Amino acid sequence: MALYSEKVMDHFRHPRNVGVLEDADGVGEAGNAKCGDIMKMYLKIDNDTVSDVRFETFGCGSAIASSSMATELIRGKPLSEVMALTNKAVAEALDGLPDYKMHCSVLAEEAIRAALEDYYSRHPEKRAV
Amino acid sequence: MIYADHAATTPLCPQAREAMIRCMDETWGNPSSLHTPGQRAREVLEEARGDIAGIIHADPREILFTSGGSEADNQALRSAALAGRKKGKNHIISTAFEHHAVLHTLKKLEQEGFRITLLDVHEDGLVRPEEAERAMDGETCLVSVMHANNEIGTIQPIRAIGKLCREKGVIFHTDAVQTLGHLPIDVEADCIDLLSASAHKFYGPRGAGFLYARRGIPVIPLIEGGAQEKGKRGGTENVAAIAGMAAALKNVSGRMDQVSAHLTAMRDRLIRGLKEIPHSALNGDPIRRLPGNVSFCFEGIEGESLLLYLDDAGICASSGSACTSGSLDPSHVLLAIGRVHDVAHGSLRLTLGEEITEADVDRIILKVRETVTFLRNMSPLWRDLESGKKPHLL
Repeated sequence: MALYSEKVMDHFRHPRNVGVLEDADGVGEAGNAKCGDIMKMYLKIDNDTVSDVRFETFGCGSAIASSSMATELIRGKPLSEVMALTNKAVAEALDGLPDYKMHCSVLAEEAIRAALEDYYSRHPEKRAV
Repeated sequence: MIYADHAATTPLCPQAREAMIRCMDETWGNPSSLHTPGQRAREVLEEARGDIAGIIHADPREILFTSGGSEADNQALRSAALAGRKKGKNHIISTAFEHHAVLHTLKKLEQEGFRITLLDVHEDGLVRPEEAERAMDGETCLVSVMHANNEIGTIQPIRAIGKLCREKGVIFHTDAVQTLGHLPIDVEADCIDLLSASAHKFYGPRGAGFLYARRGIPVIPLIEGGAQEKGKRGGTENVAAIAGMAAALKNVSGRMDQVSAHLTAMRDRLIRGLKEIPHSALNGDPIRRLPGNVSFCFEGIEGESLLLYLDDAGICASSGSACTSGSLDPSHVLLAIGRVHDVAHGSLRLTLGEEITEADVDRIILKVRETVTFLRNMSPLWRDLESGKKPHLL
């Protein structure tokens, strides 16, 4: 069996939504260079919905694939759904990750959470919604 | 495909393949049997032993066949440690960047009461003999220093260390897994008491290796069993693999100078090309390194993704990043030469084989440069380095 599923390799080879949103409404980062993984998520939010999303990742194949898949899962989704996104959902959408790579999907969840926190800290009135 | 991972393993050479097939077809007997098929297998086994011994200037009785380098390392260290303990000596000197077959055995010996000193390998990846001398005391029973490092390829001054050990009456072991067949080895001139080797690093089969043990060094078995290998290793010998190992070693030893000159030229061309990638650095001394070894760190990227993209481009390499080691820490070798975690994660090892051409080298340079640029463009760490938020380390 190959190390990674076809889906992981597809998202690794052709990562979706790579880049930066200069006018992002929320930016979040997870991981650190010492451990070899950093993920950064940029969210554009309109009408309580993720209207656009970009990511930057320093990390291994599954880290890049996890961030790419996570952006696809939240694009166009209402914030209530985005808030509920779990690392498990990211891993499942990739047809699974090796056990010792599951932390890559956790980073994706954490980076998105951090970006939402950033958004809410800029718009405290939205938090109650 | 460009296979540039010869330090991991090498393809089987035709000479080894032929020797193995001939052995499996014609001399398949058990070398311990008294009948003719058994004795024919015994002849093949002893001929292989003689060939190998001749190449390293040893006596055939000093060659003990094993399953490979790791077993030979384990057996060498355990044997020397026990011999030391019997004389009341319990201090062992080694280096911080040995193969895990050595380091993990030393860890066990430490738990069993031995005192272990690991020598600094400095930024250039080289042990200083004078530091080995200073580390020795009246209780030192063994010094184990690898001939060349498996990740960064630096060649250690084993003859100087061997002589020192000989003067002080201390057993000297060297793990020559990366060097046998690639660099000249003379156990007499190099003052080596114990040496580990593995067939698949010099175009022989996986699963075969040997331990050279100078006469008079008491070797203990790791595997109890029959009287094979003079009772030092139970189990019927893998005659075909051993015959393949001897054939492969004879083949590479006969052409060592010529292959080495070619590989050195290719290595240096590759190093020159990769050095042009900004914020990169060669790991280990540029000259005192194996002819085919190129090891680099690139800032702002992670090694596993680099390897996967290179594999897609038909280039097989390896890395010392945490993600490729299956742990959270990058390679202990890169940490031992002072690379910090952030940088060590972005490592790439290319180990060339004799079939490599200039065109291959140029293609590797092009693809590595393209991939590093691609990965840096999506790396938030690289953005921080370039914007000055974090200082460049390379």
